[in-house]
Amino acid sequence: MSTIEAAAENAHDAHGHDHDHPSFLAHHFDTPEQQFDSGKLGIWLFLVTEILFFSGMFCAYAIFRMLRPDVFEGCSQFLNTKLGAINTGVLLFSSLTMAWAVRCSQVKQDRGLVAMLAATLSCAMIFLGVKAIEYSHKWEMGLLPAGLYFYDPANPHPESHTNYLFYICLPFMILLGGVVAWLVVSLATRNKFHVQCAMPLTVAAACFFVGIGLGMVLESGGSEHAADEYQAHATTELEQTAAIQLVSSGESEVLESLATESNTGIQSELSARQRQLENAGTAIVQEGDEIAGAIVSVEENVMTQRKAGVFFSIYYCMTGVHAIHILVGIGFLVWLLVRAVRQDFNPQYFGPVDYVGLYWHLVDLIWIYLFPLLYLIR
Amino acid sequence: MSAGSIPSGDQIKDPGYPTASENYLTNSKGALSWLFTLDHKRIGVMYLIGVMTAFFAAGLLALLIRLHLFRPDGAVFTGPEANNWYNQVFTLHGAIMVFLFIIPSIPAALGNFLVPVMLGAKDVAFPRLNLSSFYLWVFGAIFFVGALMASGLDTGWTFYTPYSTTTDTSVILATSGAFILGFSSIFTGLNFIVTINTMRPPGMTWFRMPLFLWATYATSIIQVLATPVLGITLLLLIAERVMHIGIFDPEFNGDPVTFQHFFWFYSHPAVYIMILPAFGVISDLISVHSHKRIFGYRFIAYSSIAIALLGFLVWGHHMFTAGMGPMTTIIFSALTFTVSVPSAIKVFNWLATMYKGSISLTTPMCFAIAFIFLFTIGGLTGLHLGTLATDMHLHDTYFVVAHFHYVMVGGTLVSFLGALFHWWPKMFGKMYSETGGRLAAVIIFLGFNLTFLPQFVLGSRGMPRRYATYDPEFQTLHQISTIGTLLLGVGLLVALFVLLRSLVKGERAPANPWGGATLEWQCTSPPPFYNFERPPAVGDPYDFSDIFWDTENERYVTVEPDRKIAPAEQPEPAHAEGTH
Repeated sequence: MSTIEAAAENAHDAHGHDHDHPSFLAHHFDTPEQQFDSGKLGIWLFLVTEILFFSGMFCAYAIFRMLRPDVFEGCSQFLNTKLGAINTGVLLFSSLTMAWAVRCSQVKQDRGLVAMLAATLSCAMIFLGVKAIEYSHKWEMGLLPAGLYFYDPANPHPESHTNYLFYICLPFMILLGGVVAWLVVSLATRNKFHVQCAMPLTVAAACFFVGIGLGMVLESGGSEHAADEYQAHATTELEQTAAIQLVSSGESEVLESLATESNTGIQSELSARQRQLENAGTAIVQEGDEIAGAIVSVEENVMTQRKAGVFFSIYYCMTGVHAIHILVGIGFLVWLLVRAVRQDFNPQYFGPVDYVGLYWHLVDLIWIYLFPLLYLIR
Repeated sequence: MSAGSIPSGDQIKDPGYPTASENYLTNSKGALSWLFTLDHKRIGVMYLIGVMTAFFAAGLLALLIRLHLFRPDGAVFTGPEANNWYNQVFTLHGAIMVFLFIIPSIPAALGNFLVPVMLGAKDVAFPRLNLSSFYLWVFGAIFFVGALMASGLDTGWTFYTPYSTTTDTSVILATSGAFILGFSSIFTGLNFIVTINTMRPPGMTWFRMPLFLWATYATSIIQVLATPVLGITLLLLIAERVMHIGIFDPEFNGDPVTFQHFFWFYSHPAVYIMILPAFGVISDLISVHSHKRIFGYRFIAYSSIAIALLGFLVWGHHMFTAGMGPMTTIIFSALTFTVSVPSAIKVFNWLATMYKGSISLTTPMCFAIAFIFLFTIGGLTGLHLGTLATDMHLHDTYFVVAHFHYVMVGGTLVSFLGALFHWWPKMFGKMYSETGGRLAAVIIFLGFNLTFLPQFVLGSRGMPRRYATYDPEFQTLHQISTIGTLLLGVGLLVALFVLLRSLVKGERAPANPWGGATLEWQCTSPPPFYNFERPPAVGDPYDFSDIFWDTENERYVTVEPDRKIAPAEQPEPAHAEGTH
């Protein structure tokens, strides 16, 4: 299509760089349409390579699931469905805001574009926050790739563990500090452009800790019997009650403060205790008798380094590579946000927003597959 | 085409020579103007220098291997570490040749230079991505050299597990290098696909594209579809080494054959990344130097695509002895045979093109004929290896070594050299010594056959590959092979000398020294930095009827009947049909 249109315009000197060439049109293209079509085809091809990149891991998943279905069923019990579900929701919502951002750029709504990109960024940060909770708790329990695996059902919470959550949060704290400083400086110097950039980025950076808080609440809020059991044990975990209250009030700022303080992993601890009891031969009377029975029988064979390790290897490889893609996406979104504040985009030139949008949808889509494959199928 | 005098009263079309400010080599000066250039032609030249350097290094390693094998107990490496040294040398020879030379040779070096010019575009679709591909290539190369310096690499270029997860050598550095090189390759392929799809000028329909572009397109499809799988495989291999993820490593309940499947899912199509551009080159060379329309244009074009797609279905033939099920091996064997059909179509079409053509035995044509000869041997011996029963005996012997060297060296390298001699005048604006070029072609052809024909015999007699020492009964054949290597090396040095000498002493090249009809011959030699002032008039790329030899100026010129254009009513430019 574009070449035909190009033909009409090619009557004049084609390599004239100066006249008739808008600033956003690269010199080797004849029309904005040709440039857009090229970019679009390019990004689709890139997405194909991304799919093939992940396909290697999906293949590994399929092969090992086929070879050892019991391992996969047993181990996926250790993944917290609620956290997975909330992350799925967050990503789906971010896809909506991203699509909205593309629309805003097409109709030249610059403020809306900035807002939507900021919303997408915030969702990405929340996702990473929740993921940080999931990862750090598993690392503490020793649920690691085969070579590093040290989970011991009899002692799921070894005493002297590193505070992994702190180390994951550290770069994000520095990031938050950085953007806050940027915001303060730009407010002080009254640089409008910088304020407009730094404000949404501060919100987005803070959202990482919202994600951390959300993850903690959901993990400790647990299912009903877990909560019951928790109360029966009546341990002095005040943060837990605070967290439950927070769910109802839903105040993100408090969650944030909680996030930095508490690192309990209450639910996994409870489930671990439950298994401990089972191993000791004490029957626990509860609704899911059959399931619990299955877990017991599976666990004896499965929770070893050689077996469960492979499941967690695949889990970390897939979610880890996915998380890296989220990080890359965050980079692109920040770039777009700065350009959006600069008002670079217009109905003739919105390609970059569109391309990043496609990439973002793909990253979202991959999670949509990862969630059921790893968390739900049991 | 016609030799002889130019019909009188006709208009001669010739672009002449570029001025220094137009010439892409000289239009801007200084090292930075090269290092940060976005001009596809300069990037192509930088690639050319890079791949030639890699080829030189890996060639020296090959020479070491062959010299070591001159004596049954090894002639070069001595001492207790001799065999380790040998392992590292053949691994680096293979890895550098595959990842740093053959895969980027024609597509990245010549493709970058030629694709936009042949297409009639001003540049590739994404010039900055193009430059970053080049730098990814450079970084990948540095990682490879880093692996060499650090502690060597002795896994073979295939990085097979479980050995690659246990050896002390620097597998991680080398695989990181290959991973980065993979992305370089992906981005180049992506760039070419988009360029060919969206940057064609009016009139350049799919079936007016030179066959080199079809081959490049097919290659790019493979690069985009296969390389990511190698990327994730190498990433998992690195993870396996770092934290023992237990996917490939049997010690942690992993499955080494899974690695082989993953690896060959990329690396078999990669074989076609290496050979398909060579097919494209040969199609153009044969047609231009026979001065005859290519026979079966559409068949050659479609067979490139067919090879690209079939190439994805045959990876299992590398693993016939790795313990796959009998039914799987039979299916892979049958699929392997299907690839020979489109390959044979090409060979027959080239022969039919030469038939009754007016063949000029120029240097590029000598290489092209050598290619047909050598590739046919390489292709036909592939059938022995694709057959299950014979492969059981020939697997991992010198027969395999000889087979893939016939395809990779006799095929890709020879066509790369042919292409280099064919487009050298266009790239650098200088003519080289024809005598010297032909001499190089003949020496390379003889040296190559002397090197690798004996290896077929060695392999069928049971000499296993990758061994540092061998039984004395094989000595004569090994020695013939080593002497052949020296001859081959001399031939390559002659070729290098001829080309370099032309830069200093060569005559100025005319725009169309061979009588080609594709678009690159319509711009000056070397091309101006903008390629074409205006979108060129696109005709049939293999129609030589209006190209005549100009005896006076020793060049080919395009001749047009003297047409009178009615004033004020310019004809509409021909529109592309179905450009997408």
